Amino acid sequence: MTQKQVARVTIDVDDEGYMTNHAQWNRDVAAALAKEQGIELADAHWKVLDFIDKDFKERSVVPGMRRMNKIGGIPTKDLYSLFPDGPIKKAAKIAGYPKPVSCV
Amino acid sequence: MKKLLILGAGTAGTMMANRLRKKLSADQWTIAIVDQYPKHYYQPGFLFMPFGIYSEKDVIKPKRKFIPLGVEYIEAEINRIEAERNRVLLRSGEQLDYDLLIIATGVKTAPDQTEGLLGSDWRKRVFDFYTFEGASALHNALRDWNGGRLVVHVSEMPIKCPVAPLEFAFLADWWLTKRGLRNTAEIVYVTPLSGAFTKPIASKVLGHLLDKKRIKVVTDFNIGRVDNEQHKIVSWDDKEVDYDLLVTVPTNMGDAAIERSGLGDELNLVATHRRTLQSKQHQNIFVLGDATDLPSSKAGSVAHFQSGGLAENILHYVNGEPLEPQFDGHANCFIESGYGKAFLLDFNYDLQPVPGKYPLPFIGPFTLLRETRLNHLGKMAFKWVYWNLLLKSVPTPGIAHQMSCVGKNIPVEALQAA
Repeated sequence: MTQKQVARVTIDVDDEGYMTNHAQWNRDVAAALAKEQGIELADAHWKVLDFIDKDFKERSVVPGMRRMNKIGGIPTKDLYSLFPDGPIKKAAKIAGYPKPVSCV
Repeated sequence: MKKLLILGAGTAGTMMANRLRKKLSADQWTIAIVDQYPKHYYQPGFLFMPFGIYSEKDVIKPKRKFIPLGVEYIEAEINRIEAERNRVLLRSGEQLDYDLLIIATGVKTAPDQTEGLLGSDWRKRVFDFYTFEGASALHNALRDWNGGRLVVHVSEMPIKCPVAPLEFAFLADWWLTKRGLRNTAEIVYVTPLSGAFTKPIASKVLGHLLDKKRIKVVTDFNIGRVDNEQHKIVSWDDKEVDYDLLVTVPTNMGDAAIERSGLGDELNLVATHRRTLQSKQHQNIFVLGDATDLPSSKAGSVAHFQSGGLAENILHYVNGEPLEPQFDGHANCFIESGYGKAFLLDFNYDLQPVPGKYPLPFIGPFTLLRETRLNHLGKMAFKWVYWNLLLKSVPTPGIAHQMSCVGKNIPVEALQAA
């Protein structure tokens, strides 16, 4: 467990930089975490991040691609253009949630 | 008379029928269980079929055999649940009223969800091993295979028994080595996740296995389609992986009857309270096994651990008492690693897999998160335990439904990072 300073906030992160205490997250933190990945947040990004936030609070899981499409109304192609390479894990990191994982 | 109706006579539904027939008074409650398929499959055994270790006789028995006396077995297809009217409509048009409903309809593979997966390569170069038919067909294909590029692939999460594809890759490495084909064969493991192992402690302990077994890993691969002409899988962001033999785990989905009932999410999984297993929409519906939308693993061990606490909660419910937070996400599983060895994992919602002993603290006999021969023998013995004890819910002393931290070596970061 390490701490780092972003957007004038101290956040706890795991070895890969995912936040471990969502209470420390805010929209400025998100913008700073996005910048680290070379992403400038716009409304389209926020639609994704807000959906992850709402969904995680309900189900304690970062939604997968299919759920983003069907329930969040965000097409896969858009996810890849907004958060290139690994859209779900990148968006989860910026939204202040854990990396999507399996049981092991 | 009150009516308890169980949908699904697989692992979870069968265990609930056995537990509740003992607990609910036969004077007050009738119990019926509905399932359209007559065969009960020992699904963990599918992993061994492609390598000829298990065959049909190991993995199939009639479902009826495991349903206790005093429970009506109805072999029929479910049309839909009408939860507002407390009834289930069957395909035949018949209707079944209930006071209490348990949904245990599981998940199954849905290869039609991926473009091209059911194309001209299906069951020729492209196989699954999550169905009896798929595992049998793959056995025949592997027997005739002379090497090349074997791609083991996971389409999307969640899947049943999430470690099974890794086990398949490990067993394939062993099997190809024994047949003298390992040097002419390449094994590639393709996952939508960020690694073959995603939990920090398990990654540290198990990560080297992939190198040691010369298994190449492709991560963050979200499949868009299968190109049957050029024998490759293509991701949404146009990454490509060529295959000579593709062993894929298709998308896993809940039963279509759940969708028809308006009770499912995007994968037909039922919204379920994570500690009590009560449906989020209807108080007189409980859900267990693979059918839930919970983040616990989809595995028989989970259904087993859920079933004990759920039986108690159902008694609370029928007695008008408050429900208890019985289920802690407890799961355990063996990871078969080839060469007669296996790992064992034990974990829950809050604690990721860590080293230690199981089920008896400090004694075992099984060792958590380490490769041993005894773990492998445990995995093989589990088939007998499953058919003879688990399905009938015969008590298994020493194996609690909630996870124990005693006997585990828990690093400080494990709890927070789970």
